[in-house]
Amino acid sequence: MDVFVIHVLNALLYASTLFLTAGGLSLIYGVMRIVNLAHGNIYAFGAYVSAWIVGSLLAGAPTAVLYVLLPAGALAAALVGAVLEPTLLRRFYKRAEEYQLLVTFGLLMILEDLMRLLWGPFPLSASALFENIGSLSIGESLYPGYNLVVIGIGAVAAAFLWAFVYRTKFGVVLRATSQDMRMASALGVNVNRIYVQAFTIGCFMAGLGGAIIVPAQSAVLGMGVDALVLAFIVVVIGGLGSLEGALVGAFIVGVVREAGITLFPEIELAVLYLMAALVLLIRPAGLFGRA
Amino acid sequence: MSTVAVVFEARSPLRRVTWALPVAVLLLALPYAIGAYQTILLAYGLIFAIAALGFNLLLGYTGLLSFGHSAYFGVGAYTVAFMVKYLHATSMEFFVAGTLVTSILVSVLFGFVCVRYTRIFFGILTLALSQVLWSLAFKFFWVTGGTDGLRVPAPSLLGLRLGAGEDKIAFLAGPYYYYVLALFFLCVAVMWVIVSSPFGRALQAIRDNETRAEFVGVQIRTYRLIAFVVSGVFTGLAGALWVPLNGLTTPDIMHWTFSGELVFMTVLGGFRTFTGPIIGAVVFNYLKTYAVGFTVYWQLFLGVILVVLVLSLPTGIAGTAARALARARRAA
Repeated sequence: MDVFVIHVLNALLYASTLFLTAGGLSLIYGVMRIVNLAHGNIYAFGAYVSAWIVGSLLAGAPTAVLYVLLPAGALAAALVGAVLEPTLLRRFYKRAEEYQLLVTFGLLMILEDLMRLLWGPFPLSASALFENIGSLSIGESLYPGYNLVVIGIGAVAAAFLWAFVYRTKFGVVLRATSQDMRMASALGVNVNRIYVQAFTIGCFMAGLGGAIIVPAQSAVLGMGVDALVLAFIVVVIGGLGSLEGALVGAFIVGVVREAGITLFPEIELAVLYLMAALVLLIRPAGLFGRA
Repeated sequence: MSTVAVVFEARSPLRRVTWALPVAVLLLALPYAIGAYQTILLAYGLIFAIAALGFNLLLGYTGLLSFGHSAYFGVGAYTVAFMVKYLHATSMEFFVAGTLVTSILVSVLFGFVCVRYTRIFFGILTLALSQVLWSLAFKFFWVTGGTDGLRVPAPSLLGLRLGAGEDKIAFLAGPYYYYVLALFFLCVAVMWVIVSSPFGRALQAIRDNETRAEFVGVQIRTYRLIAFVVSGVFTGLAGALWVPLNGLTTPDIMHWTFSGELVFMTVLGGFRTFTGPIIGAVVFNYLKTYAVGFTVYWQLFLGVILVVLVLSLPTGIAGTAARALARARRAA
């Protein structure tokens, strides 16, 4: 029973960060119809900024202060998004998908090396937060308390996002733009502003995912590329452009990963990719997407 | 996509030979003029050119952007590595034959699944399937060597083996280079026949207007599948040729970022021309090799080139050169 609870918690832990990255990717695709291959690197950027501030710049500061500063990575990621969308990506909405994918692939390479340039090739950790919170015992095993914080933040972020998209005026405009950009524009919506806002929110979510995972795992080069393919799987299973889909997809992938690591570690990743391929075959729009 | 003018139609076949012949002579003579290192570097470029040529049958001629072509390159490379490890084979011809079989099998299987979709779904599906192979190569280390990879010694070419005391570098820069070059010429010729055939024209019709092509009687899905398989076989062959040159194969070449590099090469050269991918692959190989040697931040350098390229030169080197040439001719 204890083991089962731990597995469930681990699955939720995966789902929590997966939802943040995949939700951002899906939101951006839903509104702008652009698949951002650099999205994983935005996540990594959030992780690096948080690790840098919490782990080295202000190492030794009171834990409460560090907690307050942890989301700095998310804000930095949002800033990157707010700069990138109007300066670079906006030129590509009307061009063929090949070019959209290529320009974001170029961005992926640039961001990867910028992080190497800024923070060097070695992993950056902020493990103080992870250690300070201690662990709680579940039956006879110990479980790190910080993981519960991550799960909690993921849940709160999902709730906030839902409220934001479905219960605010901005959310209405956002969904209208997503459904029919030209009609929304004709009705007086400033589409350019919606685009930059949506892109910024998407990057904020990815950055938050990176920021909250960094006390538990170090920020390392290449984490963005790995996160991107996992986010892809989530989004493909849930449906490109659907936030509910990203949530359900994150749960599915979280559970399969946790089960895979214990039961079939060799083919864990292969099973995930095959699941994504299978969903694409049966329902190309994903479980929750509109074709 | 339809805004880019198709430039390769204007020239007659004869004209093409006058272009191709000096290039062929140059490629044959170059090893005598440049050192062993440069020759090997050029061999890498030619191998990537074969892969890009195959890749462009899908992107440039059929209008399908695959983000999973690393899979076929990897299938070629690992086929050779497995034949060395388990069959103790040494003959390059045997390797090539084996790779043709495996790359046809894998690309028929993947193609059958993928050609049902186009656009972004096609791209993601090819990416997901190639990642399946990558993760298998990565995780089943007792079969594939994991991240250590598998070593591949110098093969025998047309029955001739490298002697015990002979220099491997001299072998790679000498006989092996010409072996690669011969297959490169063969691949270019075969691809040229394919794209100029009625089949090739039908693919372009599908690319330009799927509905019209269907009404004219083109069996869209079958044609796409054939293009997919041909494309996969070319890329697989490139993988098989690459492995003895590199001496080692690791799961990296199966990872989707390598697929991205193939896309990069093709767009760098210009995916709307026949020669574009060839030029792009050779140039990319030089760019990457020198950037890696020059700075640890080579990704930054290549990334900036890619962004500038898609922003200002979307038709690539070949497309831009063709347009500049046309403008010069009009001015003259």
